[in-house]
Amino acid sequence: MSANNLLQNFKWTPVDQMGVDDRIARIKSRSIKDQTKIQGLKMALNMIDLTTLEGADTPNKVSQMCYKAMHPHDSMLGLPTVAAVCVYPTLVKTAKKALRGSNVKVAAVATYFPSGQTNLQAKLDETHYAIGEGADEIDMVISRGKFLQGEYNYVLDEIIAVKEICHASNVRLKVILETGELGSVDEVRKASDLALQANPDFIKTSTGKIGQAATMPVTLVMLQAIWDHFQKTGIRVGMKPAGGISDAKSALHYLLMVKEVLGEEWLTNEWFRFGASRLANDILMQLAKQESGMYQAGQYFSKD
Amino acid sequence: MTRLNVQKTYKIFIGGQFPRTESARYYPINDGAGNLIANMCLSSRKDFRNAVVAARKAQASWAGKTAYNRSQILYRLAEMLEARRASFIEEMEVLGLSKKASEKEVDHSIDRLVYYAGWCDKYTALFSSVNPTATAHFNFSVHEPTGVVAAVAPEDSPLLGLVSVIAPAICGGNSVIVLASEFKATSAISFAEVIQNSDVPGGVINILTGNMKELVPHMASHMDVNALVIARQGLDEKSRNAVVENVKRLFDWTLKVNEQDPYLILDLQEVKTTWHPVQQSASGGGGY
Repeated sequence: MSANNLLQNFKWTPVDQMGVDDRIARIKSRSIKDQTKIQGLKMALNMIDLTTLEGADTPNKVSQMCYKAMHPHDSMLGLPTVAAVCVYPTLVKTAKKALRGSNVKVAAVATYFPSGQTNLQAKLDETHYAIGEGADEIDMVISRGKFLQGEYNYVLDEIIAVKEICHASNVRLKVILETGELGSVDEVRKASDLALQANPDFIKTSTGKIGQAATMPVTLVMLQAIWDHFQKTGIRVGMKPAGGISDAKSALHYLLMVKEVLGEEWLTNEWFRFGASRLANDILMQLAKQESGMYQAGQYFSKD
Repeated sequence: MTRLNVQKTYKIFIGGQFPRTESARYYPINDGAGNLIANMCLSSRKDFRNAVVAARKAQASWAGKTAYNRSQILYRLAEMLEARRASFIEEMEVLGLSKKASEKEVDHSIDRLVYYAGWCDKYTALFSSVNPTATAHFNFSVHEPTGVVAAVAPEDSPLLGLVSVIAPAICGGNSVIVLASEFKATSAISFAEVIQNSDVPGGVINILTGNMKELVPHMASHMDVNALVIARQGLDEKSRNAVVENVKRLFDWTLKVNEQDPYLILDLQEVKTTWHPVQQSASGGGGY
């Protein structure tokens, strides 16, 4: 498969920023009643990629996070696990071991996350390494510098090369656009349309390593790109907003947005994820509040 | 030329900002003669919840400031209130207080802030203790802030009552959410403007206006509130039980609030006792 052929007819759709903001304002003002809220919160919990991506990560920290992934809050009955944990490649083996016997997946960031500033071979080697360690999913970053220079072929070739490695091992691929570095929603749409040409399993907003992470406008634009791609090709691609979503209320807004744009088929952790670390506890606190009627305190919930 | 008065919209004070109540409800406040002065926000449990989030976020760094710095900031509050003395007196006269009573209310409020500003770096020195032990240890008890304090200010004393509840709490490194006097609430929100201009970090002081009976049960049951101060008659049994269930500290300041008193600071402190081994100099070591 060559990017040149794919790109011959590459046209991206311009985005109306006012229209996007208006639609989001309407989604945000929607009232969600108790039973729906409880269902939505449990669904959101089940869609979380519990994430730690620090230079200071240790095997013990990752093991502890994996325990939290499987047992979000043991004193509450009927809670789902989170969808996956997301770690650096060197910690995949630790996570895999800690999660043995559960359905929680291990996602590894690869391709020189977060900047992606190295040559293609090094990126492919890192992808091979992460998969060799046992990763179920790979979160790759696109080369934003090349994208902004207009070298769309280069960017698309990279995604395709990484995808071929992943799919040869039955590993799912998420493509991080790092929307905070792209500048405008028009560029976000362009990058989404570009990445979607490669048919990855997910497109993802951000690394969480720069100031501006996932926002509702950016997510809406990406969801719309996924929908248009699905209409055109019949191929389903998932969505993962990551970074900056830390409270349960916004998580519910995101779910509403997914349902409105893509429909219920996407409302499962096979096709929608939240990349987050603090979100899980806020969801748990809101669920406990629904159960007990009392507002909760953070000190009664494990940190990770 | 005649001109129309530009009326102030009184909102609530959460996290250093002036949002309207999320509930969009309001209640009228009248002057002494029964004419409408302003519509005040009728705060809901969700406003209180938002205020707790802001207060929790602000508390640790407020407690982490040096006592000297907290003292400076309380004194700054007094300075800013002094600068607006005349307008506060006028605002209170509109509420129906006499000129003399209004002056007294404002002057005492300023003095009370200065009083607690002075205590900031003194109460730990005065009330901490080194305790006797039978072994080679230091054993000492020091005060630490309780954390997030919810409070109901008195109804009749719109400014002095409010200040008397806030000052001892923040003097000791707590953050507070105060329910202001219900029908004399205009002074409280004007005082929030003073707070916003006085280097008090956003979230350390939060002021709500509304109904005590509606909000106190939520103040009592919220698990992230560490202490509840009631300076107004009318705490019901259900709320009292909720306080006990949540292992929360409850203080009735209904009678104490008119006094300035360092023991009010101590009400909102927890005492932490620490053992520390000492090497006996007689053992021939280096001593400590």
